[in-house]
Amino acid sequence: MSLTALLFAMVAPAVLADPAQEARAQSLEREIRCVQCENEPIAQSTADIAADMRALVRERVAAGDSDSEIRAFFRQRYGDFVLFRPPWDARTWALWGAPFLLLAGGLAGVLAVRRRREGEDADTVPEEGER
Amino acid sequence: MIAEIGAFAAALALALSLAQGVFGLAASRRDSRAEATAAIAQAAAVLCVLAFICLIALFVRSDFSVAPVAANSHIDKPLIYKIAGAWGNHEGSMLLWCLVSAVFGGVLASTRGSQSLGLWSRAVGVQGLVTAGALIYTLFLSNPFARLDPAPMQGSGLNPLLQDPALAAHPPLLYLGYVGLSVPFSLALAALLEGKADQAWAKALRPWTLLAWTCLTLGIGLGSYWAYYELGWGGWWFWDPVENASFMPWLVACALVHSAIVTERRGSLASWTILLAILGFGLALLGTFLVRSGVLTSVHSFAVDPQRGIAVLVLLAIAMGAGFGLYAWRAPKLAQPSGFAAISRESMLVWNNFGLAVAAGVVLIGTLYPLLVEALGGGLISVGPPFFNMTVAPLLAALFLVLPFGPMLTWRVGDMRQALLRLAPAAALAVLTLIIALVTTHWRAAPAIGLALGVWLIAGGLIYLWTRIRRGEGAALAKVAMLPLAVWSMSIAHIGAGVLTLGAVAETAFRAEQAVALSPGEGVAFAGRRITMIEIGEREGPNYSATRANFRVDSANGSRTIGAERRFYPTSPMPTTEVGILSSLDGDIYIALGEAVRDGAGAWTVRLYHNPLVHLIFIGVSMMGVGGLLSFVALTRRRRATL
Repeated sequence: MSLTALLFAMVAPAVLADPAQEARAQSLEREIRCVQCENEPIAQSTADIAADMRALVRERVAAGDSDSEIRAFFRQRYGDFVLFRPPWDARTWALWGAPFLLLAGGLAGVLAVRRRREGEDADTVPEEGER
Repeated sequence: MIAEIGAFAAALALALSLAQGVFGLAASRRDSRAEATAAIAQAAAVLCVLAFICLIALFVRSDFSVAPVAANSHIDKPLIYKIAGAWGNHEGSMLLWCLVSAVFGGVLASTRGSQSLGLWSRAVGVQGLVTAGALIYTLFLSNPFARLDPAPMQGSGLNPLLQDPALAAHPPLLYLGYVGLSVPFSLALAALLEGKADQAWAKALRPWTLLAWTCLTLGIGLGSYWAYYELGWGGWWFWDPVENASFMPWLVACALVHSAIVTERRGSLASWTILLAILGFGLALLGTFLVRSGVLTSVHSFAVDPQRGIAVLVLLAIAMGAGFGLYAWRAPKLAQPSGFAAISRESMLVWNNFGLAVAAGVVLIGTLYPLLVEALGGGLISVGPPFFNMTVAPLLAALFLVLPFGPMLTWRVGDMRQALLRLAPAAALAVLTLIIALVTTHWRAAPAIGLALGVWLIAGGLIYLWTRIRRGEGAALAKVAMLPLAVWSMSIAHIGAGVLTLGAVAETAFRAEQAVALSPGEGVAFAGRRITMIEIGEREGPNYSATRANFRVDSANGSRTIGAERRFYPTSPMPTTEVGILSSLDGDIYIALGEAVRDGAGAWTVRLYHNPLVHLIFIGVSMMGVGGLLSFVALTRRRRATL
C-alpha cells in the first residue's frame, strides 16, 4: 500500500496539468496537517499517510472541487484537527475575535496615554548619540 | 569525580544565589551589605561557570556513567558536537540557563553605574532569586550530573538533526536572549520595590534589553536558517508552537527596546516599560514551559517530560505572581508621565509598542487556543499558519507603514509636513513597487503590498541616514565618520527589517515546488532551468553512511553542479536529508533527495524547490542582529563615558 501510494502521490500525479490547479494543490497541501506526524503539513511530511493525503488533495483538485469543498472533505474524514486554518464556529469565535479585541484594547490604552498629556516644557531633547 | 565537582559547584551556587537574594533585597540601606551582595553574586557566577566546564569535560571525555552523556553522546561523534552535546539536551540546557542567569547577575552586580544603591542592590537580589529558582529546578528535577550504575559501554548519540554548526550555536544564543530578559525583569521588580523608575533606571535597563533582543534575533534567525536547509522542505517559518514560543518574547523585547528609549529620554511610559519587562520574562518562561512540557505537539519537541513541565509552570507562576502582584500594588504610585503631542517621536514609539504588543497578544492566544478548546471539551483543533498570516501580517504591515516616520520626527512635538516631504522619494518608490508588483502578479494584492512595504522601509532608512549625514559639519567623508553609532545601528536594524520583509514576502508568495522521479541521466525543466541527475551512489561519513546524488543545473547563466544526500546514522532510526542548495541573486534552487522508487528502473524521488529571494530573509535578520549589537556597543560606550 505504502509504496503504491508513494508512487501514486509523488510520481504519477506529481504535477497537475493546469498550473493554476497545481498552485492550489500545493497551497492546500501546506494547510492540511499530517495526521501521523508532529505538527507538520502534508506538503512537508515524509510519512506514507501524508503521501496518501497529498494524492487525495490532487484527486479532489483534478475533479474540480473548490478549496472550501476540499477542506470540508478532509475535515469530515479526519476531524477539525487536520486543518491548520481553524474552522469558524462557536468554539473559535473567541479566537477570531481576539485580534480585534486586542486592537480595541490597545487603542484605548494609547488614547488614555495621550489624554494624560499636560503642560509643555520648552527644553529640546537631544537625538540618540548626542549629548 | 568531575561530575561530583560539578554537582557540588552547582549546589554551592544555589546556596550563594539564595544569599544573594536575601542580602540584595535587604541591602538597600547599608553599603556593607551591598558590597557583600556583589561579592556573592560574582562568586555564584564563577561556581556556575565551573559546573558548566565540568559538564563539558564529561561530554568531551565521553563519561557514559553520567546519565545525560550516555543518553546524548557517542564515542564516534566529532569533538565539536561532543562539546555542543553539553547543551543539546534537556539537563545540560537547564544548567546553561543557570549559568547565563548567574553570570548576568554577576555582571549586573559589577556595573552599578549611576543607579541608586537601593535600586541596584534590589535588582541584584531579584536576579539572585531567579538564578536560585533555575538551580533548584536543575539540581532536583533535571540533574545533569546524575550517575548511572552500571555505566553503559556506548552512548545513544545526539539526535543527528542537531549535529549541525548552526544548531550548536542556536541554543546558547536563544538562552542568552531568554535569560537576558530576566535582568530587565529584575530591574523592573527593583523599581517597583523602590517606587521609582527614573531616567537613570531606564538607562541601566536599555543595554540589557538590547542584548537580550539581539541574542533572540540571532538565535531565532539561526534556528530558522537551520530549519531551511536541514529539514528538507524549504521552510524557514511555520508558526509552530515552539517557534511562537521564541517569537512572543522577541516581540515584547522589541517593544521594550523602544519603550525604554522613551523612558530614558523623556521619563514617561515608565510603568508601561516595567510591565513589558515583566511580560517579556514571563513569556520567556512560558516558552521554556511550552518546549519542555510537550503540551503542544511540535516538530521541535526534543526533550519532553510532563513533571518537569509542571515544575516550570510553578516557577512561572511564582515569578509572574510576584511581578504582577508588585505591579498592581506599586505601579500606580510611580510618577505620572509628562505629555507629548500626537505627532512626535514619543507618539510614534507608542504606536510601535501598540503594534508589537498586540501582535504578541495575538500569537499568544493563537498558540494557546487549541489547549483551551481541548480543556473545555471542544475536541482537537489546529491553529496554524493561515490564522497567523491573516492576523499578524496585517499588524506588522501597519507597523511598517509608520516605522520610517519615527526617526524623522523630533521629540515632544514633531513636524509631520517636513517628515512627509523628506520621505516623499521613499513613498514614490514604494508606490512604484506596488504598481509593478500588482501588474506582474495579475493583481495579487497581499504580496504587492508586502514588497512595497519592504522597499518603503529600506528607502526610508536610507533617507534618514542621508538627512543625518547632511546635518553634520565638515567634508563629506568627515560627516559620514562623525555620524553617531546610535544612528548607524538603528538605521541598519530598520533597513534589515525591510530586507527581511522583501525576502519573506517573495519566498512565501512566489516559491515553486515540484516532486519528480529521476534516474541518472534524466532531467526535468523547473523554474526556468533544466535540472539533471548526473549520478547517484553510496558514501561513508565519519559517523553515518549516505546516499548521495549529484545534479546539474543548467540555466541561461551557465551550468552548475550540486549534490544532495540522505544520511543514515546507526544511532537513529530516521534518515536525515542534506539538501543541495544553489544560491544565485534571484534566490535558491533547493533539491531534496527522497527514496528509491521501487520498480522505477533506478529512479529516485526528488523534491525541487525554487525559493525566490530567500537569502534576503537571513541577510535581513543578520542586519537586525548587527544593528542591535552596534546599539549595545553604543550604549555601553556611552555608559563608560559618563561614569
